[in-house]
Amino acid sequence: MAEYGAMELMICVASRLLEDGATVGVGTGAPCATAMLAQKTHAPDLFIVFEAGGLAPRLPSMPISVGDSRTFYRALMATSMCDALEACQRGMVDYTFLGGAQIDAYGNLNSTVIGDYAKPRVRFPGSGGANDFASFCWRTLVMTQHDRRRFVEQVDFLTTPGYLTGPGAREAAGLPEGCGPYKVITDLAVMGFDAASKRMQVESLHPGVNFAQVQDQTGFELLKAPEVTETEPPATDELRILREEVDPYRYIIGR
Amino acid sequence: MAELTSGKGPLFMDPDADAARAFFRQKKGALTDKVMSVQEAVSRFVRDGDYLASGGFGTNRIATAALHEILRQGKRDLGFAGHTTTHDFQILASGNRNGHQLLARVDAAYIVGLEARGLSPQARRVMQSGEVDVCEWTNYALACRLRAAASGIPFMPVRNMLGTETFTYSAAKEIVCPFTGRKLLAVPALYPDVSLIHVHESDCYGNSRIKGITVADLDLARASRRLILTTERIVSHDEIRHTPYATDIPAFCVDAVCEAPYGSYPGNMPGEYFSDEAHLRKWLEAEQDEQNLDDFLRMYIYDVPNFEGYLQRCGGLERIGSLRAQEVFSRRG
Repeated sequence: MAEYGAMELMICVASRLLEDGATVGVGTGAPCATAMLAQKTHAPDLFIVFEAGGLAPRLPSMPISVGDSRTFYRALMATSMCDALEACQRGMVDYTFLGGAQIDAYGNLNSTVIGDYAKPRVRFPGSGGANDFASFCWRTLVMTQHDRRRFVEQVDFLTTPGYLTGPGAREAAGLPEGCGPYKVITDLAVMGFDAASKRMQVESLHPGVNFAQVQDQTGFELLKAPEVTETEPPATDELRILREEVDPYRYIIGR
Repeated sequence: MAELTSGKGPLFMDPDADAARAFFRQKKGALTDKVMSVQEAVSRFVRDGDYLASGGFGTNRIATAALHEILRQGKRDLGFAGHTTTHDFQILASGNRNGHQLLARVDAAYIVGLEARGLSPQARRVMQSGEVDVCEWTNYALACRLRAAASGIPFMPVRNMLGTETFTYSAAKEIVCPFTGRKLLAVPALYPDVSLIHVHESDCYGNSRIKGITVADLDLARASRRLILTTERIVSHDEIRHTPYATDIPAFCVDAVCEAPYGSYPGNMPGEYFSDEAHLRKWLEAEQDEQNLDDFLRMYIYDVPNFEGYLQRCGGLERIGSLRAQEVFSRRG
């Protein structure tokens, strides 16, 4: 079996969730690499939406910014931020792929501050397009490292909506109906959300990882899906394309 | 329905459409030559205390030449619209050093980060100090605030931010849709005092073209009270008249046209040159230490007379040539 790093595993596993022909709003960093890998393997017609205005590019190499010229290379359209995000607001975008500094059991994300808002210990960038994508796209996918600093009982600042406080909370707040977190892909496991409680549940464990280890790295109580499987490791082809074509300079997989 | 709430963040700019109309009435359609140097444009149109917005997307099609000039001229007490502002924010945050305060108020959608490149230590120092008033937004919310202003209406209804602290710390307000009874968010029109936009081509009057994604710049150009364009090239007025469908920003929105070849450097300019990742990395490294940053900024900004001087110090045309190769032959790069 091929050797692979934790980030390589996350990207390969995440890319399989994007089916050919799907529309996906992509955030900066690892989600870019994931969408590009999907496009170069099983989903050549993946319709990538970049918030800065690139629609359906054929990515020649991994964008460094979600607004650089690669994001509209051989694209169908180079348009505006409003046009791109309004495609999401009117319901035309299936997935969004995001990162985040902190996440809670309902998939709420923090990318704004750690500590007190008025004089924060750490100021992060803020929402950017993350709140927009997660408010509007049907299914939110999150990729992040799995540790207790990131997986917390309560986020320091709720930047981007997951299921908020539980079932029905998004709709009560006025967000579009029927959207929300779908999968969380980490270096330990793939998690989904329990249909009744909208809380995070482990669905597959990466090779060599057990449930107790995942729980130990999580600051809230994790649920278990009725059937917990083992994650299919990266295939040789996936790894080759990821290393040679998607991220040859190891911007992301070198982390 | 539950009670309607309002964000508790500060509203820095008046969203009143009639006040804006009274101002816009004075902007004239007559074609006057607006070509001037970046120094003159910044000196005439950017005033201490102004609310500023910059176009492009962080490290892409940014008005670097004008941003540097704002630092060099020691402008102070500015408000700023940060919608995916990355290197542009980093440049302006350099003005909050050694007792000088360039940034005083920030509408934040995306600040302090440079996307996959990491966070700016200097921008973080400024934003963690508590010396800058902040209001939270998202990229779409800020884009809609500009769109409302460009449309001449006081707010836009949107369906994002609801249920989050991004809303709590914004200046948006929940409203009820008069047609469906559903809860919506109203974001207030944003009319910046002055904006900086870098374009590919402009005639001497300011009729201009952007080749590539427009981000929020078509609305930003129309929403701004004063607008400084920097342009890769000045083209003939005839060329504009021949292909009016290619015009993105019409002259009557524009106050200054500054020819600034490579003016988005070290940012990317679509079809022209790619971003200079080595220089951006060097800048981030210099920020680790405040003394180093002082030396770095003197070398690249304060001790050069203008943007051309900065380009020279960054390797001049030879460096630009290799970035042009990366951009145009991107499949090889």
